[in-house]
Formats: sequence, structure tokens, C-alpha cells
Amino acid sequence: MAVALALLAPLPAVGAPPQERHIAISARRFGFEPGTVRVNRGDTVVISLESVDVVHGLYLDGYRVSTKAEPGQPGEVRFVADRDGAFHFRCAVPCGNLHPFMIGKLVVGPNLTWLRAVAASLLATAGALVVFWRA
Amino acid sequence: MRWAISDVPWVNRLLRGRWLQWGITVFTLAVFVVVILTGLFGTPAGNHNFGIVYVWLVWWALLKLVLVPFLGRSWCSVCPIPAPGDWLQRRTMITARPGGKLYTIATKLFRKVGSVGARPWPRLLRNIWPQNLSFLAVALFSALILTSPLATALILLGFILVSLLVSLFFERRAFCRYLCPIGGFVGVYSQIAPVAVRVKDPAVCASHTDKTCYIGSDAGYGCPYSNLLQKLETNTYCSMCGECLRTCNRDNIAFYVRGPGADLLNTRGRRLDEAFNGLMMLGAAFIYSVVLIGPDSWLKVTARAVGTPAWFVYAAALLAFDMLAVPGLFWLCVRLGQALAGKPKAVAGQVAARIRKGDSLFADYATALVPLGLAIWIAFTLSFTMTNLSYAWPALSDPFGWGWNLFGTADMAWTPYLSGMIPYLQVPVLLVGLILAVALALRTAHQHQQPSTAALPVSAFCALAVVGLLTLYMA
Repeated sequence: MAVALALLAPLPAVGAPPQERHIAISARRFGFEPGTVRVNRGDTVVISLESVDVVHGLYLDGYRVSTKAEPGQPGEVRFVADRDGAFHFRCAVPCGNLHPFMIGKLVVGPNLTWLRAVAASLLATAGALVVFWRA
Repeated sequence: MRWAISDVPWVNRLLRGRWLQWGITVFTLAVFVVVILTGLFGTPAGNHNFGIVYVWLVWWALLKLVLVPFLGRSWCSVCPIPAPGDWLQRRTMITARPGGKLYTIATKLFRKVGSVGARPWPRLLRNIWPQNLSFLAVALFSALILTSPLATALILLGFILVSLLVSLFFERRAFCRYLCPIGGFVGVYSQIAPVAVRVKDPAVCASHTDKTCYIGSDAGYGCPYSNLLQKLETNTYCSMCGECLRTCNRDNIAFYVRGPGADLLNTRGRRLDEAFNGLMMLGAAFIYSVVLIGPDSWLKVTARAVGTPAWFVYAAALLAFDMLAVPGLFWLCVRLGQALAGKPKAVAGQVAARIRKGDSLFADYATALVPLGLAIWIAFTLSFTMTNLSYAWPALSDPFGWGWNLFGTADMAWTPYLSGMIPYLQVPVLLVGLILAVALALRTAHQHQQPSTAALPVSAFCALAVVGLLTLYMA
């Protein structure tokens, strides 16, 4: 019950007021720079993707938005970060051997999804200890 | 509670018959040949190459998400790698030889005149330490193997050649039981599976001196994994190939459906090599999560740049983390648990002392790492298979990346499947693994006459592992 509560209980959304965030991401084989991007829930995020070597793409898990960039021809993607949590973005255009692992991370804060998962883990541990404890 | 599913007549016929297993093995061998050919001659772009896509995405996902959790080590019974060696030893592909006789070069060269059978595996190596080391050796090159079709082909060719060589000199499936880097962890995690092959009545075995399940008979071969069925208590070394079902002339062996994890209920008498495998696999899951799934590109490039100075640093760090840091931290937790347990009282103390004399607490507490480790590997596998599985369709139609379109799926675009759902699948799996791990840590304490407090450090270790992984994936 406690674990389910930690995972599902509605919590008040607190955080900085929404704003428009322009983020420039540089793609080169086989990574993004910056690799981790942090925004706040409610922000309008504008990602400008620039490629410095070959054609790269950017697909954002969870938000299902994508763009593509060639050297000299940046791509852009715009969305409202209305879900908190960490979302991987990955190269969407095959660019070499490590392409499937060309991954970055967008963290939409406050990251309640992670906090809930951690709380649920700790509660699960405590719960299992209580249930299976023998005096 | 268990149900002998092999008592159902048609299931019994299916399991005792050789055609199903042989048919699947021939299929996997055919796929294996395609994997080797595409690796050697196909495109070097991994995500367009059948070998990479079907070994490291399709097969791996099938193994980790379906086969091991639900069917234990059954993959080993249809694995193509030992098949040629089996056929050479048996000198037949399907039917059984009279008496289940096996042939090896060693039979002629090394055995005394008049003796039968092949050469047994050296006693010193009858454990999974060689498997632990072979897994670590493969892990060092994993970033290269996972992404290079040629490297994948060469390593698989290496496996099949070593397996063949071993089967020429040593009886049964010595490669699978003692050397295969995959077989080690598949065996350890298969203890979770809700299926098992076991004897029906141990008393029948006690009075049955022929031991046809071990030696073989006209109906089939002795256990390929050298198990004596009456002593088989876990799935770790059983591929459920059904050979013992065929050879037992007392009808005293059955294929059971049972509660998941039943093998883990006895936490005593566990082996150090298996414990180390659990710890090593836990460490490897973390390293792969950081290197392959993490956002640091320099780590990925370094891990793949085999032979460079930076790679040697990476290799040293991997080995130190896997062989020293993780086992060391776990050992500290077990020792701390002993300290928390305090001095045992009178009678319980004598029992506890007797148990500790025969058992390794370190190895026994590591039982908790079986459900935890499997959950962590499932979470890791989910993180990359669902997003990349759609590469399977084009690779099926164009396995070499030469522009073929055999099934009309060559042009299907990359589509991540349910990528936004991955954390919501990972969290419940990890929570279940954690709860089972804590329950097993407490059970270990109780079965060693320790108070529950002794299990607290190991429980904290398990919780720390899950929180650490959640942080890597979700923070």
C-alpha cells in the first residue's frame, strides 16, 4: 500500500514559473554536448541541434518529438515540458557503430518520478523487513 | 507445491521425443550460421547487420526477458554452440546410441584399455570460476562486440570452436557447464524459473543402482551436464533437455511447474563461485548502464577503443569494480551483519557455529542477489531493446546490408517501441527484485540461526543497488 502510495499519490506541482528555454545541443559521433539538459516542468523548450560531423538526429523518449541536423544545417524542435522525469534523447539517424548508444538525457524538474521511485524502493525495503522479520 | 506437467500424456510424449529439441536446435544453428556469415561479410554498420541485431537485441531480449525468468536454462538445451560437439560425441544427430555411449578422441588416446567412456573434466575446474573469468574477459570487450558485426562473428566462432575442441577431449557438455560465459549467469538466474526437472521420489533413486540418468541407456544419453538427478536441488546446472526423462527406466523423473524461485528457499550450502557470479553480474549491469546507456560519449568511445591506453584504464576500472569493489562492499555488509547479530545464545549458538563451519555466510547471503540481479538485468535490457528492436525488421529482409528486400521490410523506419514507458516497466521489476532480495536476506539469517538484524546490512546493500540504478536511469 505504502509503495503504491509513493508511486501514485498526487503531489502539488511546485517549481519555478514556466519560461521559454533555448538549448543548443551539439551532436558528434557518438554523443551529445551537453549530455544532460535540465529544465522545469511547464517550460517551453526549444532545442537547437547542431551536427559537427555527419548527419545526426534527435528523438526524445516520452515526448516523441524529433529533429535532424547536418553539418551547417541545424535542426530545431519545440515542445512544452509538461511531464516531469528523466527522458533519454537518442540519435535518430544511423551514424556509426555506437549509434544505438548515442544517448543524452533531458531532466524535467522537479523530478518527482525519480523521487517517487526512490521512496517506493525504500518503502519496499522497509516493508519487506517488517513482513519477514522474526524476533 | 509443484505439478508434474510431464504426467500429462501428450506433454510426456513431446518431452521424451527428440524431434522438437532437435528441430529447434537445427533452427538456431541455421540462424547462427547466418549471424556468422553476416558478421564476416555483411555491412559493418551494426544496426543494419543481422548478426548484431538478432544476437544482441532479439536473442538477448528473449533470453533475459522471457527464457531465463520463465524457462530457466532451457535455452542451453537448444543452443547451437554445443550442438556440433554433441553430434560428434554421439556419432548421430537425432537418435540415441545403444547404451548412450559417447565417443571422444580422448576415449582412444587417454583411457586405459578396456575402460569405457570419455575423459572427465579435471576435478580442479569443476566449478564456474572459469565461466566467471570468461564472462569478465568478454565484458572487457563488450562495447566492441556489441557494436561490431565482425567482432560478434569472431567471438561466436571462437565459442563454437572451443566448444567443439572441448567436446573432442572431454565427455558430455563440459564447455557449457564449465566454460561458457553465458551459461554461468544463465544457470544462476535460472533458479528463479517456475519450472524444473527433478526426481519424483528420492527413495526410488536410492534403490536404483543403475543410475541410467547419469550413465545413459539404450533410450538416451547420460545427463549432458553431469548431474546425478537424485542430488539435483537447483536449476543452475540443468538445461531441462529431457535426457533423464528418456533414460530413467523407473519413470521417477518429471518436468515440474512450481512456485517461482523455489530453488532459492534453501540458502544454506551455497557456493562461492556462484555467489561471485551474482556479484560480478550486478557490477557488470552498473558498468553497462553507465557506459552504454549513460550520456557520456567519451566513456563509450573509450570502452570501444580496444588496445589504447585509455581502454586499459577502462578495463582496469571495470575489473576493479567487478572483482573488488562490489564483492568487497558485499563482504563488508555480511561481516557487519555478523557483528550486529552479536554472540549467539547457548543451544542456538552451537547450531549456528556448526552451520558457519560448513557454510560460507558470504556465499549464502549472495542468494539474495539472484532475484535482485535478474531484476536489474531485466531493467537494463528493457532500456535498450525496446528503443532499438525495430531494427529487427529491416535486418530480416536485408541481413547483410547489401540492399536486399527478402520480406518487404527492408525500408521500415526505426521506431522506438513504448520508449516513454520504459521507466514505468523498470520500476515495478526492480521493486519486485528488491522485495525478494530482502526476504531472502532475512531467510538466510534465520536459516543460519542469526537474528533478523544480521540481514540489515545486506538488505541495505540491495536497496542501495536499486536506488543507484534508478538514479542512473531516472535522475
